[in-house]
Amino acid sequence: MGTHNHHHDYNFSEQYTFAGTAKIVSLVAIVLGVAAIAYGLYTGDTMRTFANLLLMGYYFACVCAAGAFFVALQLVTQSGWSAGLLRIPQAMASVLPIASIILLIIAAGGIYTHTLYHHWTDPDLFDPNSPKYDALVAGKAAFLNIPGFFIRQILFMGCYSIFAFILAKLSYKEDLEGGLNTYKQGFKLSAIFLVIFGFTTPIWSFDTIMSLEAHWFSTMFGWYNFAAMWVSGISVITVILILLKKGGYMAWVNENHLHDLGKLMFGFSIFWTYVWFAQFMLIWYSNIPEETVYFYKRWEPEYKPWFWLSIVINFLAPLLLLVDRDAKRKQNMMLFVAILLLCGHWLDYYIMIMPGTVETDRGFGLLEIGTAIGFAGLFTFLVMNKISKHALAPKHHPFLDESLNHQI
Amino acid sequence: MSNTKYIVGSFADPDEMMHGIEKLQANNISIYDCYTPMPIHGIEAKLGVKPSRLPIAAFCFGTLGFVLGFSLLYYTMAHDWPMNIGGKPTLPLPNFVPVTFEVTILLCALGMVATFFYRNHLFPGRAPRVMDLRATDDRFILAVDARENTDHALVDSLLREAGAVEVKYNERKYVSYE
Repeated sequence: MGTHNHHHDYNFSEQYTFAGTAKIVSLVAIVLGVAAIAYGLYTGDTMRTFANLLLMGYYFACVCAAGAFFVALQLVTQSGWSAGLLRIPQAMASVLPIASIILLIIAAGGIYTHTLYHHWTDPDLFDPNSPKYDALVAGKAAFLNIPGFFIRQILFMGCYSIFAFILAKLSYKEDLEGGLNTYKQGFKLSAIFLVIFGFTTPIWSFDTIMSLEAHWFSTMFGWYNFAAMWVSGISVITVILILLKKGGYMAWVNENHLHDLGKLMFGFSIFWTYVWFAQFMLIWYSNIPEETVYFYKRWEPEYKPWFWLSIVINFLAPLLLLVDRDAKRKQNMMLFVAILLLCGHWLDYYIMIMPGTVETDRGFGLLEIGTAIGFAGLFTFLVMNKISKHALAPKHHPFLDESLNHQI
Repeated sequence: MSNTKYIVGSFADPDEMMHGIEKLQANNISIYDCYTPMPIHGIEAKLGVKPSRLPIAAFCFGTLGFVLGFSLLYYTMAHDWPMNIGGKPTLPLPNFVPVTFEVTILLCALGMVATFFYRNHLFPGRAPRVMDLRATDDRFILAVDARENTDHALVDSLLREAGAVEVKYNERKYVSYE
């Protein structure tokens, strides 16, 4: 029903030029990050450096994977609203192979330097004759072993990367060829990808993050990580979109699309809290020592303020700031909340990772900030570079017109 | 014609109805309301309809649910007969969250539905009333208050120019399905 087709004068072939301040800032950020990591390794704080590298490497891979998930979700649900802004998650998905390789290198380096996963990588833990023998960890040997860890990491991230890359590629191909073939192919691939992704991301987070404290386990942990990944992915898409719009690009994306992104950010922040609380309350209530060990560590004076701050930023802030309809439609408000949530989920990962690695030698300083800036710079450089390579709208997307007329 | 309360333009096509809205507005004729068989994007903005106040009702019912849910738990678990479950404090706040949350959501949802029904006169035993029976089928209806806009000939011609297939002069506001 074409009730108002009066605004088809957009230039869908317009391309972003990645140059000037944006490029310089991202390159400077990479240099700062490398300097911070080198400083951390040089001063002998290997454990803390690797903990930070794992944090940002995982965050980076998660955000890119969320981009791929976003693209696949829009294809499978045959969504129209998002067609005009798809180039942003597509660029994020295209960067996933690089992010995966970086995370693999960090994990390998962490295991090699005995800084990460040392709760289960020491062979003495599995030897009944050794004084270090740990019956609990030894009982998990079928899952927690170094070859198994790497096979799963390569299999999962390799799989996500291939799907992510192909899904983005298909859309770029659509620009040249037109027609519905690429869309139909993308639909089928996305359906397969979502099934694989849904079943394997919890295991991926068990391996990458939960195994840092190998005695503890929680089946909620996978969904908790998925929620964090999805909220941060949506936040990154929002930040890139608003900055592009402020730069005068993507005129066809308006406050209605922003409103939808805001609803996703709001809704999945609540979902994150729901999963977080489900995990917390059952452990608090049943009070079994092997389960409470996780929260016990996080309620030590070292971590307790941060633990609560994470709830304030990731739950209360989006709840109160985004509940209003108008707030979700304002660029500056959305930009602020998206950046706040990105910081909040950095803190979320920090609370997941640090007590299992540096334990009470927690730090927040040059190393943490520098590594975060470095990875943010790397992400910006790779993603914006990718965005600049293609037109900013998939001009032959079958639902592009629906996206232009989107109104909520 | 003096008894005419509403002039009702009946359109077969939503684009033509939207065009009709523009024409009437260009001639400073106020539109009483529009009735369409399916939602039309952008029509609220065009008619200048104020945002719904339903969220306010939702907030009030939600708050009521929160208070009721929490009071129930507090009275039964902590006040009237303090329960000791697993050595937890007698006021175990984390345990209260799921029930309080559920009651909040329940009253919020039921309250919103009740408010909506009350506001729209939709309840059992009430025959629905509309300004034109075909507005729920295949026609797009534009209603103009005939007492506020006295130049009926102008309204008629504008509606027909925009593509109205039928213009009615209704002496009663509603027709009932009865």
